[in-house]
Amino acid sequence: MALGVSAGAALVGSAAGFVLPRRSRVVVASLTTTLVGVAAAVAALAVLGTGDPVVVRWRDVIPLAGVTIDLDPFGAWFVLVAGVVVVAVSVYAIGYCDRALAGRSVQGMFPLFAVTLVLVPAAGSVSTFLLLWELMAMTSLVLVAAEHRDREAVRSAAVWYGVMTQAGFVLVLFALCLAAASAGSESFAAIRAGAHGFSATRASIVFVLAIVGFGTKAGVVPFHVWLPRAHPEAPSHVSALMSSAMVSLGVYGVVLVGVDLLGGGPRWWGLVVLVLGGVSALFGILHALVARDLKVLLAYSTTENVGLIFVGVGTAMLLTAVHESALAGVALAAALLFVLNHAVFKGLLFLAAGSILRATGTRDLDRLGGLVRRLPVTAALFMVGGVAIMALPPFNGFVSEWALFQVLVRAGSHASPVLGLAMPVAVAVVALTAGLSAAVFVKAIGTGALALPRSSAAEHAVESPAPMLVGMGFLGAGCLALGLFPAMLSSGLTRAVGAAGDRAHALRPGVVELHLAGIHSVVSPVGIAVGLLVGAVVVVGAARAFGAARVRRRAENWGCGRVLQTARMEYTATSFAEPLQRVFDDVLHPVHDVDVTHAAESRWYVDTIRVQTRVVDGVDQRVYQPVVGCVRAWGERARWVQNGSVHRYLGYGFVALLVVLVIAR
Amino acid sequence: MTVRGGVVVVVQVGIAVGCAPLLIGLLRTVRARLEGRAGPPVVQPWRDLRKLWAKERIVPEHTSWIFAFAPVVLVSSALVVAAIMPLVSTASPFDHVGDLFAIVSLFLVGTVFLALAGLDPGTAFGGMGASREMTVAALAEPTLLLAVFAIAGRAQSSNLGAIVTATLHAPRSVVSAQSLLALVALVIAALAECARLPVDNPSTHLELTMIHEAMVLEYAGPDLGLVELAAGMRLLLFGTLIVNLFMPWGIATRTALPAIAIGAIALVAKLAVLGVALAVFEVFTAKIRLFRVPELLAVSFVVAFLAVTAAAFLG
Repeated sequence: MALGVSAGAALVGSAAGFVLPRRSRVVVASLTTTLVGVAAAVAALAVLGTGDPVVVRWRDVIPLAGVTIDLDPFGAWFVLVAGVVVVAVSVYAIGYCDRALAGRSVQGMFPLFAVTLVLVPAAGSVSTFLLLWELMAMTSLVLVAAEHRDREAVRSAAVWYGVMTQAGFVLVLFALCLAAASAGSESFAAIRAGAHGFSATRASIVFVLAIVGFGTKAGVVPFHVWLPRAHPEAPSHVSALMSSAMVSLGVYGVVLVGVDLLGGGPRWWGLVVLVLGGVSALFGILHALVARDLKVLLAYSTTENVGLIFVGVGTAMLLTAVHESALAGVALAAALLFVLNHAVFKGLLFLAAGSILRATGTRDLDRLGGLVRRLPVTAALFMVGGVAIMALPPFNGFVSEWALFQVLVRAGSHASPVLGLAMPVAVAVVALTAGLSAAVFVKAIGTGALALPRSSAAEHAVESPAPMLVGMGFLGAGCLALGLFPAMLSSGLTRAVGAAGDRAHALRPGVVELHLAGIHSVVSPVGIAVGLLVGAVVVVGAARAFGAARVRRRAENWGCGRVLQTARMEYTATSFAEPLQRVFDDVLHPVHDVDVTHAAESRWYVDTIRVQTRVVDGVDQRVYQPVVGCVRAWGERARWVQNGSVHRYLGYGFVALLVVLVIAR
Repeated sequence: MTVRGGVVVVVQVGIAVGCAPLLIGLLRTVRARLEGRAGPPVVQPWRDLRKLWAKERIVPEHTSWIFAFAPVVLVSSALVVAAIMPLVSTASPFDHVGDLFAIVSLFLVGTVFLALAGLDPGTAFGGMGASREMTVAALAEPTLLLAVFAIAGRAQSSNLGAIVTATLHAPRSVVSAQSLLALVALVIAALAECARLPVDNPSTHLELTMIHEAMVLEYAGPDLGLVELAAGMRLLLFGTLIVNLFMPWGIATRTALPAIAIGAIALVAKLAVLGVALAVFEVFTAKIRLFRVPELLAVSFVVAFLAVTAAAFLG
């Protein structure tokens, strides 16, 4: 019912986006999209609350296959994730879509993209799933290319995104069709029932195809190359949706095929997911560390976070393979909780980045600064998102990181040698990632929002309109609420995990303390928050009581004897990250170009020195560029085929006809 | 929460606040004596705090609310850790509020806010200090978490009350390979987190070598007092963490008042020994170059990793 409202609202919104005049178009399309999100979240909460799946079949909508909607609690969790983000982003879009983004294609596609995000996890058959999946890819591609007239980079990004997403789609298509053919039916329920009859080889082929296909959407290394290209160039509200909701669907796909449909597999499946996750986490955070472009930084951070989620999923699969299904359920619960929290804080960060981009016209951290005075609300919300993603209490990132860490520690004490070796490595990766992400987001906040403005654009920035602040505020409140009361999700999360195959009582209910089944450690995020608040009150109260001066006097900075301070003397994002870049020199391989110009009089006197440091994505350079170069070379070679001569084309036609006749005989 | 539970919390927070400057004073005095100087009395840091408290509150121009907010967060997070952690008794009523992972995160909260405050005035020194501090923190954090993993495996829980109780019941578990390796890793990471030698020299004010002091260079008056107090508390809390994880004897397991008193005396005595040992160590140690620090932290990371694998394979 609510899903129907969601779909209907999307169609109305899309039509409005194409038809209505420019002025009312944005408001109507955005508000109907809000309805899409609200309705989807309501439907998801209903399913998570009761545990009863919603099953709908329309046989006549599409010839032969029809449309099957089967929303179980596992899918509902992802519908909820997408719904929450869609609500925030659509409200934000009212303020964000001005001038260039108010065009028909953007406004018409936006509601459709939103509805595919909330409907993909509700699909109950292979054909419905693939249809929605492809629709999601197409609509998002149009949205990524929204500003293609203004910037060359957008066109290149759209091509990369299009190629990667279609390549991923082909693999997903093969995987699901193979599974459907083996099971003899294309409904997920039938595949689930028939999966134990698959031969081991066939199941593994399905799994490998699926993990590469869905991994492309999730943005794990080495299939991540589209993220740092498409996210920065897409309009910010679209990148928020892509980076929080769409990427989560990649995770959904992996769990759907690996755990739900195929019911787990041999140990190496879990290890593959674990290794992909660990490599992505480290690779992503190291590249985020050296990124200057705020949205590139966030895109790499998405790769990192998805990597951590994959670590949780891989652990769950590994635990299933060694018949620890109760603990596997907890591991999956930790991963799903991470998905929700990541969607909320990453959505917030991308929206805040969009707000900064709109106000200053730049994403370059080395040209930002001082925004906390010019954009007080945006900067404060950006800090909330940053503190959440650093996994600091009392925000939501802390809860999911805590749960993941506890699961890894607990799984590490398992007798199986595979786990005994894999878990310490996983913990080391998670721990290193956690430390580095603190440095990354101190850099982003400290050089973006604090200090002195480094350009006149940052100096004259203007705060965003109210709808944008409301959209961001909603997600900011979500970061705090999910951080304080994670246990309120426990029954829904337990049902979601149960529906995905591992029946386990994942989180014990309780509002104040967070318990994980089978794990003795507890933590009370509310207690920590209250403690921090009480501590702050005590400190401030003590300052008042013991007569510390209350009035602050502003004075010049201590300057070690220099007379003037300018923004050029500040640490920039690049200089902030330089020590860590130096530490990870062997991994990042930065390219230094030093250009010395000598004075005309004598080559012993230097006139100017120009230093340029770049860090290139190693996977992109070593894996993708050779492929692109090879394709281009073959394309160049094939050009002689088409030389404009009519005689030659007639000759081709003649040869082709002969070949056809020979074959047809 | 019972009244006696409340007493435990008050005593713990009282020790953390009251003894933190004294611990710093003890370190300085012992160091001075070993170096052949008379040195200041042990209570000198308290006198410094009182002096700073009475001073005018000067903040640099162009700073935002973060700058004023950071010292409060810093002290507040240290107070929460003091309330959660078993300092004098394992029966702290707040033991369930946070485990070791939460404590590590709470310390990181303070580090992050101070680093942001270092960047806020927009001076080169503040940025330099913040950048270096985060470099060290980013590399020390994994060691801390891995050591937590190794130690939590011992008691099947990462809540400190459970770990300390388990150690009291099975004292020989402390001398196992995993435990000793974790101790070494934890000590190195704690020295880095507390900005002590050989990672950072708290008594230097030479800009090119300092880390923590460069970051807090712009603080003055009561705000500086809070930052200094928090630095002392951090040292005391890390010391207590190490002492109580590996030598918990004397700590109260109940909330009876005599037991708490014994626990408090034992803690102060152990911290004094630790303080003297640290001072002796610092006399004979030189600060290492900034770009050698990551190597030291990498060593501690590897040691912590060995501790975890030892925990997995040696039982």
